Amino acid sequence: MTDWWTQLFDFSDYGALLALLHNSILAGAVLGIAGGLIGVFVMTRDLAFAVHGISELSFAGAAAGLLFGIGVVEGSILGSLIAAVIIGLLGARARERNSITAVLMPFGLGLGILCLALYPGRASTKFGLLTGQIVAVDDPKLGALAVVSGVVVLGLLIMWRPLSFASLDPEVAAARGIPVRGLSIVFMLLLGLAVAASIQIVGALLVLSILVTPAAAALRISSSPLWVPILSMAFATVSLVGGIMLALGSSVPISPYVTTISFLIYVVCRLAGRRMRVRRTLGTREVVTV
Amino acid sequence: MSEPVLSVRDAQLTLGSRTLWSGLDLDIRPGEFVAVLGANGSGKTSLLKAILGQHPLASGEIRFEGAPVHRGDRRIGYIPQQRGQDPAMLIRGRDLVALGVDGHRFGLPLPTRERKERIDSLLDAVGASHYSRVPVAMLSGGEQQRLRVGQALAGDPTLVLCDEPLGSLDLRAQRVVSELIDRHRRERGFGVLFVTHDVNPVLGMVDRVLYLAGGRFRIGTPDEVLTSEVLSELYQAPVDVIRSHGRVVIVGAPDTSHHHHEHEAVHP
Repeated sequence: MTDWWTQLFDFSDYGALLALLHNSILAGAVLGIAGGLIGVFVMTRDLAFAVHGISELSFAGAAAGLLFGIGVVEGSILGSLIAAVIIGLLGARARERNSITAVLMPFGLGLGILCLALYPGRASTKFGLLTGQIVAVDDPKLGALAVVSGVVVLGLLIMWRPLSFASLDPEVAAARGIPVRGLSIVFMLLLGLAVAASIQIVGALLVLSILVTPAAAALRISSSPLWVPILSMAFATVSLVGGIMLALGSSVPISPYVTTISFLIYVVCRLAGRRMRVRRTLGTREVVTV
Repeated sequence: MSEPVLSVRDAQLTLGSRTLWSGLDLDIRPGEFVAVLGANGSGKTSLLKAILGQHPLASGEIRFEGAPVHRGDRRIGYIPQQRGQDPAMLIRGRDLVALGVDGHRFGLPLPTRERKERIDSLLDAVGASHYSRVPVAMLSGGEQQRLRVGQALAGDPTLVLCDEPLGSLDLRAQRVVSELIDRHRRERGFGVLFVTHDVNPVLGMVDRVLYLAGGRFRIGTPDEVLTSEVLSELYQAPVDVIRSHGRVVIVGAPDTSHHHHEHEAVHP
């Protein structure tokens, strides 16, 4: 028992470790902001499954990047963007999108496994692409994550209103001349970038815990266009930074910590949201008439 | 008489190899309320899509305020059917109206006093102020459609297109929503093109009806068009129009249903 515990949580020499891994924590914070923000649109556009599909192709790209020496970040971005564009172009409607995603996903995973099998390097690096890792994020990698996350956040802020219109109310948005299709493709590209960035920390299998769970939690307790994105960013950042800090001294990958915090936040929001809804229904039903 | 806000000339609309209608001439004047009737697949919704610039005509032309129609004219309002599965269910009523106010602009919605006042006055105009902060998912169909009217009014439209706005509403909500649209077109003077499968909720309000059937059409007052003779000729089949207690019942109209095809054209 105590063995397990010290494997999971070991805070000896914590200060020294913290100093050593402050780049990872910064990366977690940057990623939390970008992931939490784009997660709101992933929810309103019903793209949770597509995120999972993109992440498997991103994994294939990262593995290929490793094998051919192009670089893991570059490879995963390339894989992500290709998957995002394919899903965006072929899957305008939810039903088609789901089948395209389901077709792409095992193919990407298979390609990734092939590349990793051929790669002669360390096994932990291979495993990390799928399940996340707490390796020291060096300065160039932190720089790359910051630039990618910055592009995602900036892109979302610029097209915030038309993208919200097109996501929440596509029929009227199209009637008003909003370029619904163009926005959708640009959004998929940003989503591809966000997925590629998330994979570097939490791994391909657990990207949903950053790009979906925090936004889903925020939507349980708020409908406000201001508070949903703010809460979602806060939840994603707390999950990532908290997960990294708990994982610092352990020998376990970072992802179980991140996914557990993210899941617990969702559970709490779900319970709190139900109480709020009941109260609000009781409070408003009397005054609301047809 | 004032210039028509919308003018359709010798228009033909096709879906693949099928002609939905041809030779259509229609003028809508400011403040005029025209209902579009006809079976599923007769091209009612496609007419709206053509006016919105989303579905090009095979021939003829449509002019709005004197100029050929194009995608996304801000002076055309649009009210869709209420649906329970929209992603709009995730937001609050006032945010739905806000999308109509400045959803087409880039950047973040900055909370200025002017923006708030604009949204508040629209909510007030449709009687939705008291439930504007309730999530749309918790509102009745009628409450949601009132928000839709407010959203459509946001662009100060001169023409409002309604695509089955009363669909899936109960009778009381149908009356409330249609009276709301009727009141605002009188006060604000915009033309209304109102697609509906049932004319009865708006029978007392419409100035004219456009009846589409079997590739043919007829335009006129309800009394001129909704008769057994006219509809039998349109459908080329015996159709009875029965009027009772101020309601119109159409019996024996063959359903030229190609609903699916129309649906594909509607959401390309």
